[in-house]
Parts: sequence; structure tokens; C-alpha cells
Amino acid sequence: MPQKSIRQALNEALAQEMRRDPTVVVIGEDVAGGAATEGQRDAYGGVLGVTKGLFAEFGEARVIDTPITESAIMGAAAGAAVTGLRPVAELMFSDFFGVCFDQIFNQAAKFRYMFGGKAKTPLVIRTMIGAGRSAAAQHSQSPYHIFTSVPGLKCVVPSNAYDAKGLLIQAIRDDDPVVFCEHKLMYDLRAEVPDEPYTIPFGEANIVRDGDDVTVVALSRMVHYTYEAADTLVKEGIECELIDPRTTSPLDEDTILESVERTGRLVIVDEATPRCSIATDIAALVADKAFAALKAPVRRVTAPHTPVPFAPVLEKLYIPSPERIAAAVREVHGYA
Amino acid sequence: MSNAITAITMPKWGLTMTEGTVVGWLKQQGQDFAEGEEILEIETPKITNVVEASSAGTLRRIVAAAGTTLPVGGLLAVLAADEVPEAEIDTFVAGFEVPEPSAGEEAEAEGVKPRDIEVAGRRLRYLEFGQGDGAPVLLVHGFGADLNTWMFTQPALAATRRAVALDLPGHGGSVKDVGAGNAEGLTDAVEGVREALCIERVHLVGHSMGGAIATLAALRRPERVASLTLVASAGLGPEINASFIDGFVRASRRREAVEVLGLLVDDPALVSRAMVEDVLRYKRLDGVALALAKIAAAWFPGGRQSLDLTGRIGALTMPVQLVWGRNDRIIPVAHGEALAAHLPVHILDAAGHLPHMEKAGEVSRLIERFISLS
Repeated sequence: MPQKSIRQALNEALAQEMRRDPTVVVIGEDVAGGAATEGQRDAYGGVLGVTKGLFAEFGEARVIDTPITESAIMGAAAGAAVTGLRPVAELMFSDFFGVCFDQIFNQAAKFRYMFGGKAKTPLVIRTMIGAGRSAAAQHSQSPYHIFTSVPGLKCVVPSNAYDAKGLLIQAIRDDDPVVFCEHKLMYDLRAEVPDEPYTIPFGEANIVRDGDDVTVVALSRMVHYTYEAADTLVKEGIECELIDPRTTSPLDEDTILESVERTGRLVIVDEATPRCSIATDIAALVADKAFAALKAPVRRVTAPHTPVPFAPVLEKLYIPSPERIAAAVREVHGYA
Repeated sequence: MSNAITAITMPKWGLTMTEGTVVGWLKQQGQDFAEGEEILEIETPKITNVVEASSAGTLRRIVAAAGTTLPVGGLLAVLAADEVPEAEIDTFVAGFEVPEPSAGEEAEAEGVKPRDIEVAGRRLRYLEFGQGDGAPVLLVHGFGADLNTWMFTQPALAATRRAVALDLPGHGGSVKDVGAGNAEGLTDAVEGVREALCIERVHLVGHSMGGAIATLAALRRPERVASLTLVASAGLGPEINASFIDGFVRASRRREAVEVLGLLVDDPALVSRAMVEDVLRYKRLDGVALALAKIAAAWFPGGRQSLDLTGRIGALTMPVQLVWGRNDRIIPVAHGEALAAHLPVHILDAAGHLPHMEKAGEVSRLIERFISLS
């Protein structure tokens, strides 16, 4: 099976859905153009190349470049969704949600409920998350927990190219607004991806590796750091069961709870800040529903409660590392 | 006795295997064994299986203890007669190198991957390897499966002849449009692949629904079929496990898939997470749900088999044998037993609906012997 990067997988998902369904449109900053290529449309295919080729195939009516105004992008997309299109809107950096949050959380997320189920809002918001490029505090955050906390929004956090394609197609076909969070350091990560279109259902976690000693739930890029830590730990005789929830809303509670009921030990790895986060949410879930199974305190490995530092040395300390993950697992495993 | 020193190396099961782990040794160091005896057990992320002796010999040195992980081709053990001095065994072990794929072998490995072929304007995937003078063998999988079901059988048969496995329409990497999904259409596909690959006479091996398809192909063009092996075949009686068929068509999540796939085998521990994941990845592809529903409706309406070929088995002119797992929970073994007076019927203990995977060595040998006599 062909190996494809996350960038290619996303591009393929968009192109295949646009071919299949004429109501699918792409809207956002530079989606038809490219940074620093004045007058040259489709030169880059968005700042990260994800939409490359779409303008040439589908034209300007379906690949819509916008001014730098997130509120207009999200407002237009939410309105288009509720009136019959399936827009895939790009919020270049998720950090920018602040200027368009009314359109997302008070409009798109509420339409179905407010109109008594008579309206649907098949909107996808593709957005970039993650620290690690010294992009500083305003371009490095991972605010998926904020989207997850809003009833009416679904939230997807893919960790590999296979999941990225299947989850994006699922998101486009879903009749509710979906926030699709792409980690900016993972676009070149490759995996086997079928050429054919396929969908991965929301709320179905992926068990990345089996183990009976400690359950580790990790999101997005942290899945890979945890895998690395688990490789080290297995040599010490500690086997981690690594769970990637894939979607934070809906969340596959059953897979997490079943695993913890077997291992009795849980570590959650989340690149976001720790207060009111996914890590906290899952810790609360397990305390609530699997308390009797726990043999050790639940440990969260997260960023500190601070903005993301610009200085590379500090930023490296800020992001959970395989070493920190391994240390947390050892601690939980060794707890008598 | 010859003074030859030979190696048992890590086998390659299926297209994606790169390494395996020794689960345990079933023979002790120094022990003699006969051809076909089980030597050791190996685990991959997908499957656990035993390695059997390809000929009689003596297990002189176990190199990879239980728990060791080695790449494909890595040295597991050394075989040699008792007269061979220890020092020579030491030298052999010290000098052993995992053969790096040479340029030629790489080119060959390039060749051993599935290809697409157009049959009546439709894209079908197949996998072919092996060469020899005899008629080639064509392997036909069952409902919901694909060519990987023959991961143990195909290499064994390919040692002496051309071995081809195909993905039926609606399955694996083949086109997902199955038309009506009925027996006629699927038999056309098998016939089409045989013709497109310019195979004049073929040994057909079919599993489950693939057994019924192979039987129909043999009835249609008996002069083209040298022998017929039916493994846990459909088409030989009305009963089939309807909850398996419904459950398989419906399953979209891991939990459902684990439950349904457990019905296929005698020991549900054989169903690995990777195997479940492969099934889910297939089922998630666009068009698969519809293809399976159509095939199920055509073949198994109301939870019964619509196709009964028992009356036509006697009309087959080529040698026919049946293989069945005694504990088959999908198609009752009684369907095979009922034909025991007319045909060779091999019933394997401790096997369910997938004897060619559960008792891989035994089934491969049964097919190989039957084919070479036919």
C-alpha cells in the first residue's frame, strides 16, 4: 500500500470529497494561492500545501481565497453550511479562534439545536495546532479542549496519515460542525494510506499498542512521543497500552475505561495546558467511572500552565518529552 | 548421513511481515524430528503460527531462545547430523549473516506484490509467485476475506508451481462494484482472472464462499480444471451461521469486529488486534458495505445458503477433495461429512472455519499432495 504524508492524505481526502460531492467547497486565507507568490494562484496550495491542486481542478467558485479576516471566513462558512453547502473552512492557526469564536461556538454549534433539528450545519474547520517551531505564544497553542467543551461541536485530533484521511472524509460527510486539529510538526509524517476514499467513525479510539501494565492515553503528536517512551519501558519490563482517542468529542470512553479496568493504572499525555484540559477531563472520567479499578493515582503529563515560550530551550522544556512520559509511567507502575 | 549443516530461519508470512518473535520451542536441542513435525512457534503482530520441519533432521543448536525477536531470514536454529562436530556448528553460527536482499532479490521482492488486472473492464487485484512445470494453482477466498487468507498456503504451494491468489470483486484491493453480487458474477471474475493470466489448466482451491465459486467454475469449464480442493466450502447444504454474516456486514467498530471474528476460529486468541484492524480498514472503504450487503443478500437470503451444489458434485470430472475444521461454527462440518462416501474428506481437529490458517501446515500438505497426484 502506498506511503503518504499527512499533507498528502489531507489533500487526497479534500480532492476526493470535492469530486464526489459538488457541494463541498474550500474557503480560507491563501487556500488557492501561496505565501509570497503574488498573483500566482495555486503556487503553494495554502501556507502548508494541503490544498495544492484544488484550485486548478475545481476553480475559484469552490476554492475561495479570502482576505485576512477569520470572522468573515467562519461567518461565511457557517452560513453556507446551514444553507446547503459543505464548506471546509481553514483557520490557519487555531490560536486565532478568538476573533471568530462567536461564529463557531455561538452560531454554528447552536443552529441544529436552536432550529429544533430543522437545520443542519455540515461545516468543517481545519486548523493548525502545536508547539515546537519557536512560533511563540500566539502561534503555538493546542486549544482543542476549548472546542471539545462546546456542546454542538465535534473535535478531531488525528495522529497519523491513515487516520487523517479517514477522519477528514468522515468530518466532511458529518452533518454537524467539526473542528479538525492538525499538528504543525506532523505534516510530513508518513503512513500507509489507501488510494480509495474511506471513513473512520468518530468516537472510536485506536489502540496503538497492547499492554497489560499501564494504560496511557495520548493525543496528536504525543502519541508518537508516548510510543517512543513505551519502547524504552518495554525493555524495563513495563508494557504500556497506548490509546489514541482520535476524537475528543465524541470521546470513546468505553475503550479507555475497559483498558483501565484491566491495568488499574493510567497516565494521560496532552500537549495542551493542564487546567480544564482533555487530560483533566479523562482523569475525571476514570475517577468517576473506574475508581474501584485504580491501583495508583492517575498521572497527567502536560505542558505547564503558562504561555508557550518562544526561546527554543524553554519551548523544549515546555512540551512533554518521551523522558517525562516514561518517568510518569514508571512512577504509576511502581506505586504499591 | 550427510555432513550438511542447514539453518532454520525466520519465515515470512504475508506481505507485510518484517520480523517475528519466538514464542517457544516445541522440540529440544539435540532432538530428532520427522518431516512435518512442529519445531517452534512464532508470533508476529498479526498472527501466531508454528514452523514445521520441511524434512527430517536433528535440532543441533537453538540459536534464538524464546522471547527473541529476529528479522525475516534471521537464524533461529541449526540442523545437522550427530556426527558433525560442535566446533563446526559454532563456526556456522558465527559466520551466519542475515542475507541482505541483493539487487536481484530486491527486484524479485518488488515482483511479489499484488498487481491489478482488468477483467471485463473491472479492476481486480491478484498476487502471484512461484514457478514450476505443473499446472498453476488458483486460490479463491471467502466472504469478507481477501488474498491474505492464503498467507501460509500460497508460499507452501508456490515452492513447486505458479500460485495465484485473487481478491474477488467487492473484496481486498479489487473493484468494490459487485453488480448483483451473485454466484454467476463472482464465478465470471475467477474465470476472467484465469484467462487473463493465460492459465490453460488450473488447480482450484476455494474457501467457504470461494469453494462454491471454485465448484461453479469447475462445472462450467471442467476441461480447464485439473483438481478442486474445497475448504469449509459453501454450497454443500442450506445451513450457515446467519449471525456471523449479519454481524460481519454490520460491524464498523473494533468491539463488534472482535466478537464476530472470534466465531471464525476454534481458539479466539488467534484473532489478533492487527487482524481486527485489517478487517476494519477494509470495511471502512467506500463501497464495501454495499458490496457485502449485496453479496450476503444474493448468497445467504434469510440466513440460509441459496446455492446448493450437492447434486452436481458427482458430475465433476476432475479429482475433488474436501477439507473442514471439526469445530466450524460458520458452516457445519456435517456438510462435508455427508460427502465422505464419495470424496476424500479431511476433517481437522481443533480447527474452526479457517483450517488453512489454524492448521496451516497440515492443510498446505494436504493440498500439495493432492495436487501433485492429480
